[in-house]
Amino acid sequence: MKKIAVILLVALLAGLFALPALAEDKPFAGTELVVYNWYDYIDPSVLDLFQEETGIEVTYVNFTQNEDMYARLEAGAGAYDVVFPSEYMIERLIKEDRLEALNLDNIPNLENILDNLRDPSYDPGNAYSVPYMWGTLGILYNEDMVSAPITSWTSLFDGEYKGSIFMMNSLRDTIGLALKTLGYSMNTRDEAQLREAGDMLVKQRQDKLISGNFVDETKDKMVANEAALAVIYSGDALYAMEKNDRLRYVVPDEGSNIWVDGMCIPKGSAHKEAAECFINFMCRPDIAQMNMDYIYYSSPVKQVVENLDEEQTANVAMNPPEEWVDRCEYYHDISDAMNLYEGIWMEVQMAR
Amino acid sequence: MKRSWYAAPYGLWMVLFTVVPLLFVLYYAFTDSSGAFTVNNFVKIASPMYGLVLWDSLRLAFFCTLLCLLIGYPTAYFLASRDFSNAQTLVVLILVPMWMNFLLRTYAMMTLFENNGVINTLLESLGLGRIQMIGTEGAVLVGMVYNFLPFMVLPVYTVLKKMDYSVIEAAEDLGASPIRVVSRVVLPMSIPGVVSGITMVFMPAVTTFAISRMLSSGMIYLVGDMIEDYFIAMNNRNVGSTISLVMLVLIILSIGLLRKVDPDNSGGGLW
Repeated sequence: MKKIAVILLVALLAGLFALPALAEDKPFAGTELVVYNWYDYIDPSVLDLFQEETGIEVTYVNFTQNEDMYARLEAGAGAYDVVFPSEYMIERLIKEDRLEALNLDNIPNLENILDNLRDPSYDPGNAYSVPYMWGTLGILYNEDMVSAPITSWTSLFDGEYKGSIFMMNSLRDTIGLALKTLGYSMNTRDEAQLREAGDMLVKQRQDKLISGNFVDETKDKMVANEAALAVIYSGDALYAMEKNDRLRYVVPDEGSNIWVDGMCIPKGSAHKEAAECFINFMCRPDIAQMNMDYIYYSSPVKQVVENLDEEQTANVAMNPPEEWVDRCEYYHDISDAMNLYEGIWMEVQMAR
Repeated sequence: MKRSWYAAPYGLWMVLFTVVPLLFVLYYAFTDSSGAFTVNNFVKIASPMYGLVLWDSLRLAFFCTLLCLLIGYPTAYFLASRDFSNAQTLVVLILVPMWMNFLLRTYAMMTLFENNGVINTLLESLGLGRIQMIGTEGAVLVGMVYNFLPFMVLPVYTVLKKMDYSVIEAAEDLGASPIRVVSRVVLPMSIPGVVSGITMVFMPAVTTFAISRMLSSGMIYLVGDMIEDYFIAMNNRNVGSTISLVMLVLIILSIGLLRKVDPDNSGGGLW
């Protein structure tokens, strides 16, 4: 009995001393944040660490497509405190006034973000979003199955690799790369340009050049040597190259898409400052390092990039050369021209 | 308590998950993105291009049903015949694959059919050379038949099993040849089971998209793919709902037609 009393007393004293300290270091202790991120896109121990350091409870939920996330945001404003949309979706959410403007004073770690990813065209001044991970769209090819290193999108269309090409079952990426091949912008709203791109894709199908049309299966099929060339995201390319050392990744000369998944605070969040604290935490070099090591995508945090080992630095999927990035463009929201894209996409999908 | 109340839980379920969603489909099919009434969605999908996709879906489903019937009927007949004592074991064997999720089974099939897959590796080691299987319509058909065959065997088996065997004996006693017994006695009496089997195979086959997508490497574009594209890639639930509605009407019509063949629904009670 005495023992318990002593323990209680000590605990009480400790509590008395700890309390002011707690209020100082952990202004948001006890707050509950709902974080809505892509599936399998964070090192889980990062969340534990955040909880430990700030006392903020994180409820972590997942989505697998930007469009899914959009539908949920539309349905339940205020249900989420931090979301991770891609750049074109960020642009759309800004346009529709669904995001809170960030107070950048609360996110000093924005300084750590690579210069060329800051102040992006989809969100000038990072007023609404902070980059989390980024990458490119390119071609993954099997060294043993091509006659020369691939450098151009035209390899997908010239017939040399007939029947050994995987395209991507994704409207923006497929039409976008065809536009790039023709020297146009991936964000064009010009009907003649889109039609030209569409015709090229239809012909590619009719000539039986392609042998597959996937999104998620591509990486595993390329590991199994099922095709010579595949259109792929750099993150998936990294995964495949780890498992098959004959695979090479390239961002074609004509240019391509650079994508960024950002962190945003949706309108209606009741804990905006705690959410900013979370975003700031994610940009801390050690945390960004943990996340990169875990999910193996490219981090936009300078210190992490400087920290890459030799092999990683040389890996063009993980650390694309600057001239590659310079010829890439972001996707912009084209929902007002969706009718045009829809017609082209249907023609391509139904081509036979 | 009235006995009709026993169905209340199911009634609630049906209203929430069948009736309400159907009303949504109906609403979206007749409105545009701003919510105003329109029939433009129907005009849009009336183009011949969309017809071709529908035609492909119907054609594949037809051949799948035909193959299921050709393989399934003799199987069911064999299982139901009196001189076969291990029927129960075989019926269980037919059912066993159905206990596993069909996506997993189709994934397994994908690894069989791939260019560097199990079958091709085997063929190559036998010195026979590879054949292209994955990505062809043939692969899709095999996958569909594999998945839907039990739905044909079971109703036919149930009907044949319930058949009065003395009728067959009578036919034989009266001098009918075995072929005549089958064509004049067994076949006509099993029609309800066949109708039920056709319905159970054709309906899911015509709207399939997972099996076709996996085994055709995404190269065969069916109605199911189109509906998904409209809802997700193009964020256009109006046209997506319109296509769903047209599909639904087509399915109801074909069920109605089949009912004419089997008016008292004696086909194993599965529908």
